[in-house]
Amino acid sequence: MIRFLTRRRGGARADWTDWFSWAYLALGVLVMFGPVLWLVLSSFKTQSALQEFPPSLWPMGQKQVAVPGSDRPLPVFSLPQPDGTSVERVMIRRVGLEGQFIDPADPARHVERARLANVTPVREMHFAIENYIEPLRQFNFARFLGNSLFVTIVATAITLLINAMCAFALSKYEFPGRNGIFLFIISTLMIPITVVLVPAFLIVTGLGLGNSLWGVILPPAATPTGVFLLRQYMLTIPDELMDAARMDHASEWRLFWRIILPLAAPALAVLAIFSVVWRWNDFLWPLIVLNRQENFTLQLGLAAFQGELQTQWHYLLAMTVVTLLPVTLVFAFLQKYITTGIASSGMK
Amino acid sequence: MRTLLRRALLAGIAAVLPMAAHAATEIRIMWYNDGNEGEVARDLLNRFEAANPDIKVVLDQVPYKMITENLPQLVSSGQAPDIARITDLGGQADQYLDLGPLLKDRAYWEKNFAAVLPWTRPAGNTTGIFGLMTQLTVTMPIVNETLFQQAGIPLPGPKATWQEWAIAAKAVAQKTGAPIPIAMDRSGHRMAGPAISMGAKFFDGDTPALVDDGFKVMTKLLYDWHRDGTMSKQIWGSVGGTAYRGANEEFANGQVVLYFSGNWQFPQFAKTIGDGFDWHGVNNPCGPAACTGMPGGAALVAYKSTKHPAEAARVLDYLASEPVYAEFHARTLFLTAHAGLAAKGIAYKADMPQVRKSLEAAAANVLALSPVAYKLQGYARNRILFNALTVRLNQAIAGEMSLDDAWGRMTSDVADGLKAAGVK
Amino acid sequence: MITTLARLIDAPFDALQRRFGAARMPYVFVAPNLLVFGIFVAAPMILNVWYAITGGTQFMPADRPYVGASNFAELLDCTNHFIPATCKQDRFWRAVANTSWFVAFQVIGLVAISLLTALILNRRMPWRGFFRAVFFYPVLLSPVVVALIWKWILQPDGVLNAIVVGSGGARVPFLLDPGWAFSWTIVVSIWAHMGFYTLILLAGLQAIPADLYEAAEMDGTPHVRVFWRITLPLLMPNMLVVLVLALIRAVQSFDEIFVLTGGGPGTATQYIVQYIYETAFANQTHILGLAATASMLVGGVLLVLTLLQLAASARARGEAGR
Repeated sequence: MIRFLTRRRGGARADWTDWFSWAYLALGVLVMFGPVLWLVLSSFKTQSALQEFPPSLWPMGQKQVAVPGSDRPLPVFSLPQPDGTSVERVMIRRVGLEGQFIDPADPARHVERARLANVTPVREMHFAIENYIEPLRQFNFARFLGNSLFVTIVATAITLLINAMCAFALSKYEFPGRNGIFLFIISTLMIPITVVLVPAFLIVTGLGLGNSLWGVILPPAATPTGVFLLRQYMLTIPDELMDAARMDHASEWRLFWRIILPLAAPALAVLAIFSVVWRWNDFLWPLIVLNRQENFTLQLGLAAFQGELQTQWHYLLAMTVVTLLPVTLVFAFLQKYITTGIASSGMK
Repeated sequence: MRTLLRRALLAGIAAVLPMAAHAATEIRIMWYNDGNEGEVARDLLNRFEAANPDIKVVLDQVPYKMITENLPQLVSSGQAPDIARITDLGGQADQYLDLGPLLKDRAYWEKNFAAVLPWTRPAGNTTGIFGLMTQLTVTMPIVNETLFQQAGIPLPGPKATWQEWAIAAKAVAQKTGAPIPIAMDRSGHRMAGPAISMGAKFFDGDTPALVDDGFKVMTKLLYDWHRDGTMSKQIWGSVGGTAYRGANEEFANGQVVLYFSGNWQFPQFAKTIGDGFDWHGVNNPCGPAACTGMPGGAALVAYKSTKHPAEAARVLDYLASEPVYAEFHARTLFLTAHAGLAAKGIAYKADMPQVRKSLEAAAANVLALSPVAYKLQGYARNRILFNALTVRLNQAIAGEMSLDDAWGRMTSDVADGLKAAGVK
Repeated sequence: MITTLARLIDAPFDALQRRFGAARMPYVFVAPNLLVFGIFVAAPMILNVWYAITGGTQFMPADRPYVGASNFAELLDCTNHFIPATCKQDRFWRAVANTSWFVAFQVIGLVAISLLTALILNRRMPWRGFFRAVFFYPVLLSPVVVALIWKWILQPDGVLNAIVVGSGGARVPFLLDPGWAFSWTIVVSIWAHMGFYTLILLAGLQAIPADLYEAAEMDGTPHVRVFWRITLPLLMPNMLVVLVLALIRAVQSFDEIFVLTGGGPGTATQYIVQYIYETAFANQTHILGLAATASMLVGGVLLVLTLLQLAASARARGEAGR
């Protein structure tokens, strides 16, 4: 019966649970990757191609050719002929429901007229890379990227250090106030920063950190999740190791730095990954703190494509791809380490 | 021609200012974009910097969200930028810098911007100059004329009523298979113009009063149109709260017969629709009281907290000067708030007949604006009214409450909002 | 070179130890974290209380007039708390009701799907690492990206509707119909987060000793019983972590849904954090007092829920003999 509920210990012949599992996994790949893939394909479509229904799978656009006498390329249509065949013609102008067409091979020849309802646009594959180039040219992309990298790297380093120090004290020492501190930190897990944005903003600007990358880096650095995760992991590291080192007169700091920290590497790696992802993707908090363009992170810079009155989908889709590219690349190279790291160390 | 202008400008400014030897003063403008205006402004400001080496203008192009949600906090906590481009014109008017005494030619501003200067004035002030309109908008319908031609139904004339337009649009949609006869942006501001045409006053004396008979007629009409399929829930029914939702994509796709939005859509449609079908703006439909839309727009204001009021004023003076202002509008296709330029006409950089026709209609619609519309637009707390209207009408359309309950909630929402804002 | 650097880091802490003694070193270790935490997390929460008991729309705390408990009274003013329309702040109560339903469905769905996925990934099969990565990938995406991806797919002219129309159906207004929109917020939320919970459960499954299964197999125990008697009880600690985290995060859901539906249609997908955010920010009048009060109520409810679950987990651990 429901054999897949337990693990199949290799060797047995394939039964229906195997088929079910494979079907499930195939569906999983489609559902998990499909939407992202669709985003990537769409991001290469032109603004008008994006508004087509039904949408084409590949980025298609109407074929356009340059014709002498016109300063911009003109669209190509397929015109049905009386004999049932059809020919490619360039539309030079449209009048009401009719269009005026010429032969691109022989532009000087006579003008043909045809009702628009009878002609079909000639389409070809067309990657609208201008969706990417245009915004990147308009904005100081390198600067945004640099800011994002700075915030992500520095914030992750600080988070790892102070969370690990705190977790070390909470897991390896008995001292008055320990449980109080732990509960205090854990209890704030309940309050999302979204709901205390106003007071948090006031404090940050009161300290003169408004409009500074440090104002983005510091406030979320003392994560309750990180302290919790590291403490749980350090609890599993035997105290005997520390006792032995104390015999050799190592200072408390060296116990932490030289012994516990290296042993907690798997948990640190997990926290590092999450910190990188959180910081790279963070939007609301930087939006509140930063308002000068030279300090913008990538996420903020890209959000500038949403105006009051219109969403410029063609830019928005392209820029979304740009933001998820680094995360995806890192993941592609480190995925094995990331997933096994979380699976082996996470939340024991 | 342009270089000549620039030279004249250069010479003019150089004559007024002694050569600046000290380091450049930095002026920061917080700016959002709907289209290409940021690009154009940057270009114009580059010229300003070349002529004024003592001033460096930084154009912070920010998400619109930052203007609506973050800027008010920055201003309240004394950290405003020098200048910002805002749409909630009177929102924090008590924090704006009075540019009047700092301007080179105050009379020029007063003469050309007389109609819009009150919009950025704090309550009680009737003489100060607090902002420069970068863009004047007017809400108006845009029609897909090709659909009308295909259906063989003539466009209703310039004095047609909303009801006549609705009947025509519905007939066109039926004949051509277009799914949406009428679409309207999801925004209280958009609703206000038609409501005023129906006789809504929005004020009782000087106290805001949202729900009156004219208002009820228009909201009922919108409500009924959603029932009988004249309007699609896709627009008003799609998001919650006060969120804006346009129908640009649907219109560009040829799915909408009449799209009630505003003149700011023209540049985008010129690009996305191009020659795809015949579209153009038309005169605002009529009601018993008027044939009006709503004016609106974005303004540049300087804040009192700026450390360089004189320089900020010089930047704004430059942007307001006639040739610069004219070029900005010609390149962005914005309607101008400048009376002199409006009279002369702006040489828009548009060769498409659709755009030209639309700009003409927009100009006619500006002339037809009702005084009530101007008063509402100039009222600093108007978003309290608009938000209540959007949220509650949306709930009625979504079937969460009856229209009567929605009117009741609108009234109490406005009262609560005014009370919280400290208005008696 | 590296040793010099290490000494350089060691030196100040060793000095601190000489100054305060080894017994006080734990305080030195917790100090940086507590400092950052106190300033940027605890202090805003305390300030938040001040906002909750003051009125007006002013941002600066000093400018705000004291109003006592009137914000609480305003928020709780209802004839019948189960019918939002009878409440003074009907949108708050609609948000509460919506959030409750959302949390119930989302957490159950999330745990069920994560468990099923973990069980399948726990089987011996080729490319296990690849599949694990596939399910985890969306966890890395930012909420805004997640919402944009799905918004693009679900819009009336989107690819999903193209599939529906292509297979002969009529267009479905996925984000316009209250029921559909509500369901999609749940689906998208599960899609974005299930990878994380799957990995936690997978870790639990892999920690179950294989000989337990072998013994059961030899006894000929039915597989369903093996699941209920061995797998599920031994997975309990991980299940509890998953439940606590999933619940807290479900109540806090905001970004994805805000970008995806904006709370609509009507107020069908307006959840509690969005109500707070809109009351404090989005409308022209920033009614901060009401927003702060609502956030305190949410925090309180979450605290109670978490304590209940922690108590349950402590009991479960006691039973597991740890």
